[in-house]
Amino acid sequence: MSLLTAENLALVFAGLTALAVLLYAILDGYDLGVGITLPMQQEAWRDTAIASIGPFWDANETWLVLAVGLLLVAFPAAHSAILHALYLPAALLLIGLILRGVAFDFRAKVKPERKIRWDWTFKFGSLLATFSQGFMLGIYVMGLEYSVGSVVFASFSGLCVTAAYAMIGNAWLIGKTSGDLQRHAIRQCKLAGVWTLAGILAVSAINPLVNANVYQVWTEPPLAYLFAAIPLLCFAMFALGYLALQRLPLPDDRGAWLPFFICKIIFICSFVGLALSFYPFVVPNQMTLYEAASSKESLTIIFFGAVVVIPIIAAYTAVAYYAFRGKADGLKYY
Amino acid sequence: MLDTLLLSRIQFAANISFHILFPTITIALGWLLVYFKIRFDLSQHPVWMRAYRFWVKVFALTFALGVVSGITMSFQFGTNWPGFMETVGNIAGPLLAYEILTAFFLEATMLGIMLFGFNKVPRWLHTLATLLVALGTTLSAFWILVLNSWMQTPAGFEMRDGVAHATDWLAIIFNPSFPYRFTHMLLASALTVCFLVAGISAYRLYRGDNKKAPRLTLKTALFTAAVLAPTQAFVGDLHGLNTLEHQPQKIAAMEGIWHTEQGAPLVLFAIPDAETQTNRFALEIPKLASLILTHDLNGELKGLNEFPGAHPPVAPVFYSFRVMVGIGVLMLAVAWWCSLRLYRKGELSPLQYKVLIGMSFSGWLATLAGWYVTEIGRQPYLVYGVLKTSDAVTTVASEQVALTLIMYLALYVVLLLAYVKTLFWLAKRAIEVEEYDLSLPGLPEQKAKLANEGAEA
Repeated sequence: MSLLTAENLALVFAGLTALAVLLYAILDGYDLGVGITLPMQQEAWRDTAIASIGPFWDANETWLVLAVGLLLVAFPAAHSAILHALYLPAALLLIGLILRGVAFDFRAKVKPERKIRWDWTFKFGSLLATFSQGFMLGIYVMGLEYSVGSVVFASFSGLCVTAAYAMIGNAWLIGKTSGDLQRHAIRQCKLAGVWTLAGILAVSAINPLVNANVYQVWTEPPLAYLFAAIPLLCFAMFALGYLALQRLPLPDDRGAWLPFFICKIIFICSFVGLALSFYPFVVPNQMTLYEAASSKESLTIIFFGAVVVIPIIAAYTAVAYYAFRGKADGLKYY
Repeated sequence: MLDTLLLSRIQFAANISFHILFPTITIALGWLLVYFKIRFDLSQHPVWMRAYRFWVKVFALTFALGVVSGITMSFQFGTNWPGFMETVGNIAGPLLAYEILTAFFLEATMLGIMLFGFNKVPRWLHTLATLLVALGTTLSAFWILVLNSWMQTPAGFEMRDGVAHATDWLAIIFNPSFPYRFTHMLLASALTVCFLVAGISAYRLYRGDNKKAPRLTLKTALFTAAVLAPTQAFVGDLHGLNTLEHQPQKIAAMEGIWHTEQGAPLVLFAIPDAETQTNRFALEIPKLASLILTHDLNGELKGLNEFPGAHPPVAPVFYSFRVMVGIGVLMLAVAWWCSLRLYRKGELSPLQYKVLIGMSFSGWLATLAGWYVTEIGRQPYLVYGVLKTSDAVTTVASEQVALTLIMYLALYVVLLLAYVKTLFWLAKRAIEVEEYDLSLPGLPEQKAKLANEGAEA
């Protein structure tokens, strides 16, 4: 086990934590996105939209617990520093998640006239959660400093992350629904896509300007040529997505999952871009992941657990997605 | 202005008190659903499916509340108690990680199949999903109680430069208080669910619901409670003896023993006075505390005077303990009283229905009181003998902690009210549902009728 040095373990756990964050952003991203743009026009639309995420949202949110948990157990000093600086937005995120999580269940069980109230709670809670996440990301990018400039940037980042989630949420709905609701989701997805693109451009422009380290990563040859593929791929996906959305829906529902697939690639590109910008720092410009890692023995114990358990999680998650494949129209309790 | 330490303690207590309410229900309710589902699979009798469908709704709602309030906990460890992970992270970290990896994903994913998959997956898979959800909630309880018990009775580690390092994982997991605390908590969950199920079923019957399902669930819950309530008293006693061995000052606070004495009385009620270190208005039974805890009428019990500056505040521990035991005794009495009548006459009196309805959430009170005993009883330590609570607290400004505390508390009050109201609303709606078709072939009701007709003919 000579490969499991303290350095390698720190890197492996940084990778695992990053993977958990990315999976969270994609998976809870689509169900948060469905919440943000919950179509309030028709109750039947709302029922279908919410039914489409019903079997999944709970497991999706568990990725956040894993991400925060891994940060806590593998990089306790970083967990403490990051969440210390993000104390208030994190509390708002939690309240948003609590509101939407319970609204989801209450709406199906309360008196019919109260249902709409919980639907609004679901929408509001989702918005609060996504805006807080974007805000936290913005403050993180700005080096966990609060100033007028960083708060303005973080608020903008909050809007953009909300837009990105709305985009992937509607892309999910395009795959999961049909008819008028599907056409509605196509329009919403296009709109959210424009905002997401604007956000990615803005962050890509501002991030290297405020962090010298980031500027270096993206401009210093030879790696910079390689890294340039990431934004190129990302923007190509936006173009392809736009073309696809112009043509959808197609007969026999062909290509209905294409937007969701494209959104996933956009999320992965953006995430990898951010991760590369900050490596090896886990707290921007303050603490590297090697400095923040906890002791080798306890990381080894978790490592073996993770190696055994994560494939099992992947397997039963696949079973669940297979069981609930297809359109969500007829899906309900029991 | 209150300081960050006290505010953080109140906030943590508020969050974990709110959170624990829901797992306390889902742990045992999960297994009850497994029981209903297996009975249905074996008999195909719709009454079991009725019971399952009603209680799975309660389970889903409870589970959702447990999940979202639990996410808060995963943030709070680091935000409010950074010293905890800095000092004992090498032990707490893997335990928390294993909880997430082995329990959280399992229960969350299987819950989707359990709630939405009845018509989508083969029947065996649906039953298996129900079983795995129950297993997941129990595993989750296992890991978190390992951690909590380790904080009470730490074992299997050594301190190097002020940081705990694991030396023996088996000793950490099966630390001295773990088996007692885990059993005590599982039984607490079971009793909480028994009284919840009995209370809601009694509500339906009292309101004129004549269907078979609520009668069946009432019977199941009451008979189970009648067996488990005395079991819990026995396990609780063993747990107390274990605590006496490892945390004598907690016992001293629970029993209100200020000074070491032989033949200590059992204090039924009193107002502990920290100023004069005496119990005012004490109602006592002579020598009973010594008898219970040392099995000797004149056994010596250590008083709080032996632990200057290192014992918990007496009043909250003392009162919480009496609330817990009081509700436990009440549960035992009510479970036997109602079970006996149900066994003899087949139904309860209106008074009994009302008592059961009133006790629907009694398990919550007892469980919370019990946790206050054990958690406040561990003070001033966060990890007994290793880390003081005051050394682990955050440096976040007290205004921020106060602000978030107010937001959480307001939210929790609203959600608790909505939860309780919704449960009774679900019950009310279930009353109006038609009874299943009794003429279906193969039902016991049908068989009985045929047998009667055969006898008449």
